Amino acid sequence: MISLKNIAIVFNKGTPDENLALNNINLSIKEGDFITIIGSNGAGKSTLFNIISGSYFPTSGTVSINNIDVTRHAEYKRAKYIGRIFQNPLMGTAGNMSLEDNMMISYKKGFKWPILSLNQKMRQFFQDELKQLDMGLENRLRDNVGLFSGGQRQALTLLMMVLSQPALILLDEHTAALDPKNAALVLELTSHFVKKYNLTTMMITHNMNHAIEYGNRLFMMDKGEVIFDVQGEEKKALTQARLIEKFHEIRHSEFDNDKVLLSQD
Amino acid sequence: MFESIIAEGCLYGIMALGVFITFRVLDFPDLTVDGSFPLGAAIMAAFLVKGYSLWLALVLAFVGGTMAGMLTAVLHNELKIPNLLAGILTMILLYSVNLRILGTSNVSLLNVDTILSRVFGFLKPIGFSREMSYMLFFILAIFIIKFIMDVFFRTDLGLTLGALGNNQQMIISQGVNPKLLKVIGVGFSNGLVAISGALTAQYQNFADVGLGQGIIIAGLASVMIGEFLFRSNRIGWLTLNVILGSIIFHGVMYGARLAIFEIPFLESSDLKAVQVLLVIICLAGVLAREHQRKKGKEKPR
Repeated sequence: MISLKNIAIVFNKGTPDENLALNNINLSIKEGDFITIIGSNGAGKSTLFNIISGSYFPTSGTVSINNIDVTRHAEYKRAKYIGRIFQNPLMGTAGNMSLEDNMMISYKKGFKWPILSLNQKMRQFFQDELKQLDMGLENRLRDNVGLFSGGQRQALTLLMMVLSQPALILLDEHTAALDPKNAALVLELTSHFVKKYNLTTMMITHNMNHAIEYGNRLFMMDKGEVIFDVQGEEKKALTQARLIEKFHEIRHSEFDNDKVLLSQD
Repeated sequence: MFESIIAEGCLYGIMALGVFITFRVLDFPDLTVDGSFPLGAAIMAAFLVKGYSLWLALVLAFVGGTMAGMLTAVLHNELKIPNLLAGILTMILLYSVNLRILGTSNVSLLNVDTILSRVFGFLKPIGFSREMSYMLFFILAIFIIKFIMDVFFRTDLGLTLGALGNNQQMIISQGVNPKLLKVIGVGFSNGLVAISGALTAQYQNFADVGLGQGIIIAGLASVMIGEFLFRSNRIGWLTLNVILGSIIFHGVMYGARLAIFEIPFLESSDLKAVQVLLVIICLAGVLAREHQRKKGKEKPR
């Protein structure tokens, strides 16, 4: 469904700071895949998402969605198929606007016409959906989203994204800025929605256990390349020790501290 | 006195509503206003003198202002000119355009049939004074515009414009082109400003290329004074704040004009300085309030 061919991106080309952020990425993502992505800082995980979502254009290579070449399509055009959640819980919602307004904006993707869609029926629908979050937000439709906690905002962002039914969702360490309790909650919701709507998902995480526990496929990235791509039974059999071993096997390198690469909590 | 304060408050309040859209809703500080205000006046005057229909002239003023705002947004979008500079460029461009439209630097409307002269002609027989009739007309006009804005900003498009000023990434993620939204928003804002200019020309009975000089300050001051009034996230309250803010601002300016007559070392040319002082006081007030809120003395909005 999504395929990346020979993707490379160079930042600051021709300067001393030249940086090959992604190199020779070839990926094919099937519908219904739930891919977890691990790798150290600077491995190119977020850059990969930026390429898929259209925030950056690659220096070379092509990105296609459902066999349509979208390499040069603007981010907002691709956003009709792609939902993205950032690490920062404030990025997905408008804090100065009420909950119902936020949900109305994200209810349908694409250009908005000057029509009044927010009515009692929509409010009822929003309330029913918000009950899934089990955070009491269904009674706060008129409150500004800025009053909510980070966990509530991230859960709301997740719900809003799911309602617009994107073909692919990109989760960029979306629980990293939350406290452990809220992080677990948001992750649980993520897993619930992915199953419920059979969403094709890519999730960046720094937590090896999460990477192993969730999804049917795993990418390990390092220095701008996907060095390890595992799925199916082999993925299910993975353990932390096996992952670290695999990393050294591929990179022939020893790290003093594996925590540089992956956190093991 | 009260009639003229309220009349002017509502008249310039229409402009302040436009400023509210760019500065507050879109978070796009737009200085085109200083050019689109006299543009509205110039278009209105030019068509009135030629004897065109009053309402057609008003619509054309709105269209002219909208196009000016759109130009600013396009300059910002396509050439990546910072929004303040893009607004200044359009504003200065409009100075020449306005001179072209007027033909001369000043056109008198004293002996021309205007919307206001018709309103007065209509209300005079039932015993209204000129000031009273103007005041009633401007109150009606600004509340019609307020109503249209209140409905518009509750529509899907309006909500999205509101979110743009808040979180541009969110808008992109929803599959909406933020550039197009800026063109629509800044255009609409300047359309309102031009209507305000067109009505001002009729109120003062002349159109002048210098009419808009520094008008942005009046708009900003009105918006900021209004923010000290009602606390709400509902568009209806926010627009009401702007209107009341504009009336208060013109009340204060009326007082300042009186003070200038009374205090010997002040001159009428000092009025602009008084306006700027007022804006600075408002900004300081906003800062003080933010500070208080951070200390937790006040519930956040």
